[in-house]
Amino acid sequence: MKNYDDLDAMQLDALREIGNIGSGNAATALSVMLQEPVDIAVPTIRILEYDDVIESLGGPEQLLVGLMLQLQGDVTGMIMFLLKQDFAHLVLQQLMGVEFPENGELDEMAGSAIQEVGNIMAGSFVNAIGEMTGLTIDISVPDLCVDMAGAILSAPAIYYANISDKIICIEDELGNGNVRAGTHVLMIPEVDSLNKIMSSLGLV
Amino acid sequence: MSTITVGISDLNVAKGEDILVTYALGSCVGICLYDKLGKIAGLSHIMLPSSQGFSNSAQQPYKFADTAIVHLVKKMQMAGASPTRLQAKIAGGAQMFAARGNNSLANIGERNVKAVKAELARLRIPIIAEDTGKNYGRTLFFSASDGIMKIKSVNRGEFSW
Repeated sequence: MKNYDDLDAMQLDALREIGNIGSGNAATALSVMLQEPVDIAVPTIRILEYDDVIESLGGPEQLLVGLMLQLQGDVTGMIMFLLKQDFAHLVLQQLMGVEFPENGELDEMAGSAIQEVGNIMAGSFVNAIGEMTGLTIDISVPDLCVDMAGAILSAPAIYYANISDKIICIEDELGNGNVRAGTHVLMIPEVDSLNKIMSSLGLV
Repeated sequence: MSTITVGISDLNVAKGEDILVTYALGSCVGICLYDKLGKIAGLSHIMLPSSQGFSNSAQQPYKFADTAIVHLVKKMQMAGASPTRLQAKIAGGAQMFAARGNNSLANIGERNVKAVKAELARLRIPIIAEDTGKNYGRTLFFSASDGIMKIKSVNRGEFSW
């Protein structure tokens, strides 16, 4: 496999399974963190062009919370969470009793709370890969950026331009009672690492 | 007056009262070229510094600083602009994430800005205004009637250059 376009149907199914298990783990971990039941709708997992990811998030100027974590160990690459404002709002309200500010300027406490959510969610997805493949993956401290969708996504799009114009995108909808909140998880394993994952699953 | 949107790895030319716009530049760079006499404006939104090492670069010349700007100059020439009269305003090239411990990731914006400046110098196009670097996204409007570049960002108001 040279880039994401070379993924076959079986391999895509394996990624879907990773996305399903990861999303399930994330809901469980979030309910512990928020001390509230969090349920999750069946995630949609697609290989999308960056432009399509941006459109599905509400366009290039949509204000989002972006969390980026670098992957190290057996699998290298990046995992990124794009939280819509309703999701960030849900988290901040539950943890700190504050609103997500309309201008997106988070103070240090709120920033740390959101970063912690990134940590927990990244751990959930990375553990899903680990459980299925036996590979060991370390994650960096989450890097936070609240800005326009297009600007946030320019970072992975440029950094991984040599791998693919496309990205593995997991769309989740988490809920807590009547509140539903959307989040996008972007997985960008280096191609070597993706090959490693697939061969661990016997799919090469 | 109409607004012409320039997407990522795209470029376009405008005349008269038209306005070129490119949304949410992060680490990408927007290059505005202007022929003041002919009132002809061009805008390129590049994503990467160099086409070197990209096997499919020939299909996407508008993606790279070292191939896009030449194309923009040609397109402006075809619209009646004189290459010797062109002046440049550039924006973008931000560092969206701190990316501690990973310099090659942290510096993608800076590398883009450097490559754009080198290419403009090679083409002998002077840069008369610049709003680059820092850590936030920018939406860029470039007006053909007066060559004004307007930058809008989430929390930092609007600035004209």
